[in-house]
Amino acid sequence: MFKATLKSLLSRKLRLVLSALAVVLGVMFVSGSFVLTDTLQRSFTDLFSSAFANVDVSVTPKAEKGKEPVPLTPQAISDVKSVPGVSSAIGDVQGSARPIGKNGKVITTSGSPRFGFNWTGTGQEKIRDGKAPAGENEVALGAYLATTGDFKVGDDIALLTLEPKKTFKITGIYEYAGGRDSLGGELSVAFTEPVAQQLLLGKKDVFSGITVTAAQGTTDDALRDAVAAKLGSGYDVKTGAVLAKEQADQINEGLKFFNYVLLGFAGIALFVGIFIILNTFSIIVAQRTRELALLRSMGASRGQVIGSVVLEALVIGLIASIVGLGAGIGIGALLAKIFSSVGGTDLQLASIGVPMTAIISSFAVGMIVTVVAAVMPALRASRIAPVAAMREAATPDRPLTKITITGALVAAAGGTSLAFGFNQASLPLIFGGILVAFVGVALLTPIMSKPMVSLIGRLLSWSMPGLLGRRNSARNPRRTAITAAALMVGISLITGVSVVLTSATKSIEKLATGQLQTDLIVSGEGQMEGEPATFRRDVLTKIEKTDGVKSAVGWSQDGVLEGENQLFAVGVTDMPAMATMFALKPKSGTIAPLKDDQLALPEEMAAEKGWSVGSKVTLQLAKGEPKTYTVGFIWVKSQVLQGALVLPESASANFRSDQIAQAFVQVSPGVSAADVQKRVEPLFADNPEITVQDRSAFVKQTTSQFDTVLLMIQILLALAILIAVLGVINTLALSVIERTRELGLLRAIGMRRSQVMRMITVESVVISVFGAVLGLAVGLALGIATVQALKDQGISEIGLPWMTMVQYLVVAAFVGVIAAILPAIRAARLNVLDAIAYE
Amino acid sequence: MSASDGVAARAVDVWKSYGSGDAAVTALAGVSVDLDKSRFTAIMGPSGSGKSTLMHCLAGLDDVTSGEVWVGGTKVTGLKDRGLTELRRDKVGFIFQQFNLLPTLTAEENITLPLAIGGKKVDKEWFDVVVDTVGLRDRLTHRPTQLSGGQQQRVACARALVSRPDVVFADEPTGNLDSQSGAEVLGFLQRSAREFGQTIVMVTHDPNAASYADRVIFLKDGHIVRELLSPSAEEVLDTMKHLDSVVAVPHV
Repeated sequence: MFKATLKSLLSRKLRLVLSALAVVLGVMFVSGSFVLTDTLQRSFTDLFSSAFANVDVSVTPKAEKGKEPVPLTPQAISDVKSVPGVSSAIGDVQGSARPIGKNGKVITTSGSPRFGFNWTGTGQEKIRDGKAPAGENEVALGAYLATTGDFKVGDDIALLTLEPKKTFKITGIYEYAGGRDSLGGELSVAFTEPVAQQLLLGKKDVFSGITVTAAQGTTDDALRDAVAAKLGSGYDVKTGAVLAKEQADQINEGLKFFNYVLLGFAGIALFVGIFIILNTFSIIVAQRTRELALLRSMGASRGQVIGSVVLEALVIGLIASIVGLGAGIGIGALLAKIFSSVGGTDLQLASIGVPMTAIISSFAVGMIVTVVAAVMPALRASRIAPVAAMREAATPDRPLTKITITGALVAAAGGTSLAFGFNQASLPLIFGGILVAFVGVALLTPIMSKPMVSLIGRLLSWSMPGLLGRRNSARNPRRTAITAAALMVGISLITGVSVVLTSATKSIEKLATGQLQTDLIVSGEGQMEGEPATFRRDVLTKIEKTDGVKSAVGWSQDGVLEGENQLFAVGVTDMPAMATMFALKPKSGTIAPLKDDQLALPEEMAAEKGWSVGSKVTLQLAKGEPKTYTVGFIWVKSQVLQGALVLPESASANFRSDQIAQAFVQVSPGVSAADVQKRVEPLFADNPEITVQDRSAFVKQTTSQFDTVLLMIQILLALAILIAVLGVINTLALSVIERTRELGLLRAIGMRRSQVMRMITVESVVISVFGAVLGLAVGLALGIATVQALKDQGISEIGLPWMTMVQYLVVAAFVGVIAAILPAIRAARLNVLDAIAYE
Repeated sequence: MSASDGVAARAVDVWKSYGSGDAAVTALAGVSVDLDKSRFTAIMGPSGSGKSTLMHCLAGLDDVTSGEVWVGGTKVTGLKDRGLTELRRDKVGFIFQQFNLLPTLTAEENITLPLAIGGKKVDKEWFDVVVDTVGLRDRLTHRPTQLSGGQQQRVACARALVSRPDVVFADEPTGNLDSQSGAEVLGFLQRSAREFGQTIVMVTHDPNAASYADRVIFLKDGHIVRELLSPSAEEVLDTMKHLDSVVAVPHV
């Protein structure tokens, strides 16, 4: 039996390749994710251990919760120096410094830090060209920044620090051990110590940390304990190794999440793969019915027949897993390479490694998926009576009642789980519900396929080949349905996400036009990351005085502590003007300028805290002593201003930065916002991180991130769709084999090769478009359900991405044409005589 | 040379061999034959005599190793796929032993399939004549699975005739049928030749089937060895029995 199975397997190489390909792709995605994240994790670990290679022990001031750390004084450095076992103790100055490129725009990175520091000559940096900075107007650049911004020794460079734009002369360019341009894609600038202190920390004679090296014979741990004992509390004293590990762990935590996302998409791809393999095995078993019947008639038991099919699946799963693992290692390595070179990270890659998890999951996933998909057809094969099967291998039209009822029940179960999931905000329930609903809908597709296919097919069947193609696709509803369902999964997920994002965009647009009564918005880069670029207060005054400005409001922002709770607070310049611009309605209290000890907040926050007008609230700001405020005004829940505590302008002085983070401008009646914008923009000529936008541009910027999200999801789901396309090819190819004699007959009575190809293409397009239509319908349902569930989160409008949906439909039709190419060529090339004689 | 008046298809010194070297098998060894218009010709011979090969070569389904084949005024030998396809579509009709119909099409659609493929209009009058002759008027909307074997084969006959081809080739058309259904099909083929002037060439090994033909050609080892005109079943059977002793003589 074993031999018979293997022989049958080997004699059908094409079938083997086709059914294995879906598994190969899925396994490739799984193992590729593991290899990629493993390689990146080790690379980052290497990066941080080299970044802290010169640090035996590091001292930083301890940050009290909610308070800005007090910078170190020169006294602390001399204290550390006096500790026995200390070889050297050097004061570090480090802070944010953003370089401005030659095009006048701020140079950005994709996540790597931009900072400045004091040149001490004792760090890892080695001068490559020129010399170290010595004068007040001199800096040295990291080689990576020099390359990125095309700077040379002798050039000028403008930098943004705590102070506005300032221009420096580049005296030198430095590199790291091994001639590396950077440690990990960071953009760094070295100043002289006094300049660094002034620009980066805002004060002379302060330091942000101390780098300590141990004398010979002193261990890092002993040194750490000695230094900590000397300095007392108020300082964080850590060894370099611990620091490296802490930082690497932080990055690796992020990578782990990234890995889960990739594995999630791999899961979707494999889920689609199951459809394809199930279909392939169903067709294979149908074609092998006579062969299996012959085995049965010679005395093979049902178990042996099932065993033979499952064995075939195991062999395919094993081969596919091996190939998929290999391909995954290649893809993982390739992606890591792309990440390190294209991503603007300049990351030194560790050697490509294959973690055990990649190998185990590859084989587990590949084999399990294949066998699970093969069991159903195997069971069916074993039930066929030998004699019945040996007569004519015609596929009987089994009734669809059972499958339809099952499908309805499963879909209902999925929907229920989804509803519960939304209700409880439980992700597992939601995702589980979606998957189960997919299975349910897939089971319902055969019954839908008859009317749908004939409807879609009607558009394509103006000629005889078209009619035949359409009839062929309606011929085996289960096969067509499963093939289409595989395509449905990917398309419905994209459609669903796209519905949610379109709705979100629409909701934001509506809010902006309805509730944001401001004409211009002034904001800095990094608003989304929580550390926006800011500008000086006197600029706000200048805006107010600009011709055509009716009123201008600005705020500085920071986190404040209320007991143990961190709250987001803004220090606003003009409360009544702000209330007008954000269309705030009083819930209680009145709209009036805030007194120095008053605050305002939204009703939902007041309800959560149990505060009402007149309540006393004690807040600890970043600087100074705790201060008690009285609630003066509570506004009715607003979608545009939520989650923020509004403090008087005077509070800004105790924020970490009292500069303005965002400002809003209303223009005088009859004045065009564009004209005012032109007059306001020059005020920020020396601050390229600040942009002045009108309302629609601001909305567009806010919603543009959705496009990126959609693009990412489309890319990641492309694999699921690719596998679905393979499924279409697979189904067609196997159908062509199955219908060899029919094709022979058609050719014998005069059908041209081109007509045969058209016939196959129509069948393919019908299946693909059917899948797309299903996907769009299910996606719409999913998307609308999600939007409904997110109503409380501010998505109040339902927006349907019609254009995108039409695009998917067109793409599906195109995909159908592509998928048909190979099977159609195969069909057209059939030798007429052989085909007629084909058994 | 062309197939002159009175000849629907012609083979001139046709050789056909398969394989090469020691493994070469000669299926046709210099066969020359004229198949007259409006006649029902049967090609007979034992298994491996080359009768099916001869038909396939005449119909443009297979190419010849040497020699020439003509159908109507068209030289078949040397035609490329497109030309052969058009020949099969426009000048030739086929009836196979089994699997003659497309399961997705109704009887009527199957009958008009060659015309639909060629983008031609159905001659309604002729269609009616053909359908009534094969007696399928009340079965036109049925799918093949709803028809008996004999009915299916009659649909195939109607399909072969509906485009008025120069020649209808039938390959063991009754091989899968019971005798009653077989007789119906053969009677229909005979009537088509006599009443409609349709040229029909049938390959068979059944003497009874051959007795419906106007002319029976006997093949053995790739040669034409005998022919009979309007024979009875007994004559055919008798000839078949003595074929072994017959020495092949080239047809002149």
